[in-house]
Amino acid sequence: MEVVFKRTTGLTGIPFHYCPGCTHGIIHRIIGEVMEELGIIEDTIGVAPVGCAGFSLDFFSCDFVGAAHGRAQAVATGIKRSLPDKMVFTYQGDGDIAAIGTAHAIHVAARGEKITSIMVNNAVFGMTGGQMAPTTLPGQVTTTSPYGRDCALSGSPIDLPKTVATLEGAVYVAAVSVDSPKNIFAAKKAIKRAFQVQQLGLGFSLVSILSTCPTNWGLSPVDSLKWLQEKMLPLYQMGELKVPEEVKGL
Amino acid sequence: MKKILIKGNEAIAEAAIQAGCKLFFGYPITPSTEVVEYLSKHLPKAGGTVLQGEDEVASINMCYGAASTGTRVMTATSSPGFSLKQEGMSYLAAAELPVVVVNVNRAGPGLGGLGPAQSDYFQCTKGGGHGDYRLIVLAPSKSQELYDFTMEAFDLADKYRNPVLIMADGFLGQMMEPVEIKERPQVELPPKDWVVDGCRGREKRKIVSYSLTNEIGEANCLRWQAKYEKIKETEQRWEEFYTEDAEYLIVGYGTCGRIGKSVVLNARKAGIKLGLIRPITLWPFPEKGFAPYKDKIKGIVTVELNAGQMIEDVKLAIECRVPVYLCNRQGGMMPSENEILEFIGKVFDLSLVREA
Repeated sequence: MEVVFKRTTGLTGIPFHYCPGCTHGIIHRIIGEVMEELGIIEDTIGVAPVGCAGFSLDFFSCDFVGAAHGRAQAVATGIKRSLPDKMVFTYQGDGDIAAIGTAHAIHVAARGEKITSIMVNNAVFGMTGGQMAPTTLPGQVTTTSPYGRDCALSGSPIDLPKTVATLEGAVYVAAVSVDSPKNIFAAKKAIKRAFQVQQLGLGFSLVSILSTCPTNWGLSPVDSLKWLQEKMLPLYQMGELKVPEEVKGL
Repeated sequence: MKKILIKGNEAIAEAAIQAGCKLFFGYPITPSTEVVEYLSKHLPKAGGTVLQGEDEVASINMCYGAASTGTRVMTATSSPGFSLKQEGMSYLAAAELPVVVVNVNRAGPGLGGLGPAQSDYFQCTKGGGHGDYRLIVLAPSKSQELYDFTMEAFDLADKYRNPVLIMADGFLGQMMEPVEIKERPQVELPPKDWVVDGCRGREKRKIVSYSLTNEIGEANCLRWQAKYEKIKETEQRWEEFYTEDAEYLIVGYGTCGRIGKSVVLNARKAGIKLGLIRPITLWPFPEKGFAPYKDKIKGIVTVELNAGQMIEDVKLAIECRVPVYLCNRQGGMMPSENEILEFIGKVFDLSLVREA
């Protein structure tokens, strides 16, 4: 019988622990597929963050290092500088990369560090129970913005890809979403390009992916996707913000 | 074997190159800056890389990444910078990564001052970061030791899969002295069969500092403590000077240990049977060095460039069987030989003996 669909070898097969409706699982799968398609699983070292995605080191088939909160990109820098021929990527939530890890997020891009960062943006701190993140939407209710995020009090959301794209060393920057099959395909293409940019040694690549957190948003999985589409997609600049010529044809 | 005139901080840097350090991640801070400056100039010629991180937090985490791959890596800083590295130190210890960290102490607390101090003793020897962990802490007292100990630190780090700290003070870092440049000692070290370098032809590996399963968490803690016990048993180091017939001891490390030798010689001239114990490992603290003197001596004076931190370990090591006094200067100041001798005479009421 012809096999039309199978589990990617980029993932170990350990069952995901993520909440129902969370899109970490989809994102894991497309990263696993990309690693498999590029044939780089055995040449890749991933760096895991803290928070929900901290367990990703069990799920991917490649070597992994668990970093402190926000420090994944600094750890990845150390790995890449040691082993320049290996593929190195970080997998971080928005709370990790855009709050406590902001300095590293800026400087890794400024240095043109030849690593790939995947940022999963669900507009809250997930694992700690749904607190306000730098990406929380204006007016959004979280456990630490119980009256809705007041921008006069706590600032406006950080659109990290947009900020990072202004830096010379960031050569590929994309903001994608996994709310629909069409967008999932686009997200996979972006992740593939981000890894290819690293393979070609062009510089730093970042893919930000809008994701859902039904548990902390207090919505059903379906309503969560709707909320993402209605509230998040219009707020954040989407698409490939920066693409080098070298990967356009790939 | 050549001898060169070199600044203490540069001796550390040169030793790192000789020890096969391939990566240095740092952030400049006085009085440790010459380490990153020297390496920026010389490490690339030796096939390595120096990367100036955006801050100390980044630098120590870059070390964490590099050490995960088995590459020899070092960072250097001074007190306020070491505070920023504490988060990383805890993670390095938990992930059991071999890294050499240099802390050239300046005066504290806060921004403090640029003068020499030993006021990071607690932070360096008792943890500093969160959780129960220990660093191997080496305390050189002259440029040659800055060189020798740094070179050996890389081997100790690999031997025990543990961060090793070189604890110096600003005086040592900034002083110029002749140093004999030696080649890396040939030591048999355990294979690095735990590193992450891509899982080609083997099972995937993970390097992590955590477990959310309490049973595994406890097992990890017990494993770390067993390692620390082994280090305590095998790595205590100290130097003794005129201790054999000593009635009194002074205890000092680093620059204070060095001044202490002159104090001992002057005391002997004045008829006081004074000896010196100079701790070389601050952790593990050389308790074994004190054991023979527990019932032999009349008293101890510790000499420290802080408000009295090592004195606690000395009291424990001597089991409080003899009086222990603190002779100290702070804020970047250094006690003179006479000042220390005066103090010893005063606390032990030895003025008559001295006059005789």
